[in-house]
Amino acid sequence: MASKSWLNFLTFLCGSAIGFVLCSQLLNILLGEQSDVQPNILHNDPHARHSDDNGQNHLEGQMNFGADASQHKDENTDIAENLYQKVKILCWVMTGPQNLEKKAKHVKATWAQRCNKVLFMSSEENKDFPAVGLKTREGRDQLYWKTIKAFQYVHDHYLEDADWFLKADDDTYVILDNLRWLLAKHNPEEPIYFGRRFKPYVKQGYMSGGAGYVLSKEALKRFVNAFKTDECTHSSSIEDLAMGKCMEIVNVEAGDSRDTTGKETFHPFVPEHHLIKGYLPRTFWYWNYNFYPPVEVSLEILLIYKYR
Amino acid sequence: MLSESSSFLKGVMLGSVFCALITMPGHIKIGPGNRTHPHEHHHLQAPNKEEILKISEDERMELGKSFRVYCIVLVKPKDVSLWAAVEETWTKHCDKAEFFSSENVKVFESITMETNDLWFMMRKAYRYAFDKYRDQYDWFFLARPTTFAIIENLKYFLFKKDPSQPFYLGHTVKSGGLEYVSVEGGIVLSIESMKRLNSLLDIPGKCPEQGGMIWKTPEDQQLAVCLKYAGVFAENAEDSEGKDVFNTKSVGLSIKEAMTYHPNQVVEGCCSDMAVTFNGLTPNQMHVMIYGVYCLRAFGHLFNDALIFLPPKGSDND
Repeated sequence: MASKSWLNFLTFLCGSAIGFVLCSQLLNILLGEQSDVQPNILHNDPHARHSDDNGQNHLEGQMNFGADASQHKDENTDIAENLYQKVKILCWVMTGPQNLEKKAKHVKATWAQRCNKVLFMSSEENKDFPAVGLKTREGRDQLYWKTIKAFQYVHDHYLEDADWFLKADDDTYVILDNLRWLLAKHNPEEPIYFGRRFKPYVKQGYMSGGAGYVLSKEALKRFVNAFKTDECTHSSSIEDLAMGKCMEIVNVEAGDSRDTTGKETFHPFVPEHHLIKGYLPRTFWYWNYNFYPPVEVSLEILLIYKYR
Repeated sequence: MLSESSSFLKGVMLGSVFCALITMPGHIKIGPGNRTHPHEHHHLQAPNKEEILKISEDERMELGKSFRVYCIVLVKPKDVSLWAAVEETWTKHCDKAEFFSSENVKVFESITMETNDLWFMMRKAYRYAFDKYRDQYDWFFLARPTTFAIIENLKYFLFKKDPSQPFYLGHTVKSGGLEYVSVEGGIVLSIESMKRLNSLLDIPGKCPEQGGMIWKTPEDQQLAVCLKYAGVFAENAEDSEGKDVFNTKSVGLSIKEAMTYHPNQVVEGCCSDMAVTFNGLTPNQMHVMIYGVYCLRAFGHLFNDALIFLPPKGSDND
C-alpha cells in the first residue's frame, strides 16, 4: 500500500514537472511573438510600422550611396568643388564580365561617382552596365594587354576631357578629393605619373598595380605613342612592372606621392593590413619593395586601398 | 494503473497552473495596452544644431570641457582580443574608462568582480562606480567589448540633457511588457538614475540577484526591471531624422542590410551621421574605425561642428 502511494506521488511529481515545462514553453512562444519586429522595414526607423512617411517610391535597381543631403547640410564643399573643376580626372576601372555585378557595380555606386569621367574596361562590351569591350581575353596574364588597350581607348576618345588618367582595379577604393589635392600642385603637361612606388627591377622604380596609378596627360600621350614606335614591349605577364619599364623608356618621371609628413597615400592592401602594427610580417616581400622608408602608420591623407 | 495515470494528469494540470500563475502577472498589462497605445516606445532626440548655436561660443567651449563621461566595460577572459582592441581604441576618448572583469587576466588592468554572472558583474560595477565617482561624473556609459563607441558623439547627444533627471538611454528593445536598453548598443545612465539604481540594489525583492524562475533573464533586461521600480524608464536615442544613434549591429551588417532592403537609398536608410555605437566589430575593424572616424579626411570638405569635444590629454589615438 505504501509503495503504491509512493508511486502515485512520483507520477504526480513527474506530471507537474512536465506540465510546468510545457506551459512555460507555450507561454514563451505566445508572449515572445509580441516582441517580433516586422522584417523588411528600414531597420533604424522605429516609426516604420506606424506611419507612411517612408513610402516614397524610388526607382528600383540603381544603387545609390550619394550622401544624404539633409545630413550634410552644414558641410562646406567649396574647396572640393573648386578642385573638381580644376583637376579633371578620368578614372578607368579594370574589370571583367564576371565581376561587373560582383565588384564593379559597387565601385560605380560609390567612389567612381566623384571622378570627372569614369569608364569600366572589360574584355567584352556590356551596353547596359555600361562597360567598354577591349576585345581581349580575361586572366592575369592579359592584364598588361588590357591596360595598353584601355589607355589607348581613353587616349583615342577622351584625351581632351581630362588632365589626369587614373587606372584602378574593381577592388580598389579611391578618395578622389585627396587625389586632387596631390595632383593640384602638378601640371598635366609634365611627363609624370603617381602611385605606390616600388624600387626593384626598374631604376626609377615602378608603381604597384594593386594600389592604382595615375598618369598625366603628357604621360598618357607618350605611353600610347610608345607602342606605335615599338619603344615598349606589347606583352608581359606582369602589368605594373611592364608599365614601369615603359614609363622609364619614354622618360616619364615616377613621382613621389607621399603626404607632407612623408607618409604613403597609395596602399596596395586593405586598411587593416596597413593600420595594424605587425599585421604584415617583417619577412613579407612588401617591406623590401617600398621605394621610400616606412613612416609611423597612422595616416592622415589617404588615397587608395586595395585587395578587398 | 488508473490511479497512477490520474495522479500524473493531476500533476500536469497543477504544473501548468503553477507556471501560468508565475509568468502571467508580469505580462497581463501589455494585452490591452498594446492596442490603445501603439507608440509605447519612448524616443529621445539629439540636440538641434540651431539650439546649440543659440548658446554663446564661450559658453559652448566651457560646457564642452566640463562634460564628463565615465565608461564601464564588462569583460571576461575569453574576450581578451576584443578587450585589447577596446582598450587601445575608443575607451581612450572617455574621460575615464575602467574594465570590470569576471576574473583577473595577466597584463590587463581591470577591477575583478569575482563572478561569472553578467548581471552580478553589472550590479557590482554600477555600485563601485557610483560609490567612487558620484561626485565626479554626470554620465555613466556601460558597454561590452564587442561594442565600438564614439564618445564625442555621445557627448553631443547628451549635451543639453539634465543629468539630475533620470535618464536611461540607448537602443531600446521590447520584450513582453518590458522596454529595455540593449547592452550590445551600450547603456547610458545619468547620475540621477545611478542614484536611484544604487538605492535599490540593496533591497532584496526589488533588484533580485536571481532573475527569472526557470531560465536566466539577460542582464540588460534585469537592469530595466530594477530601474523601472525606481521610476526610471528606457528611452531610444535618435538623431533629428529619427535614426537610431546606438546600434546593435556592425557598420558592415547595417550597410549590407541597407543594400538589400533599399538599394536606392543606402546611406539614407542605413545609419546616422552622428552614430554613437556599433556592435559586433572585430578587433581589427575597431582599429580601422578609429582611423576612419578620427584620422581620414576628404580634402576640401569642411564640416562646421557647433561643438568640439577634445579627447582627454594623453589619449594618443586622436
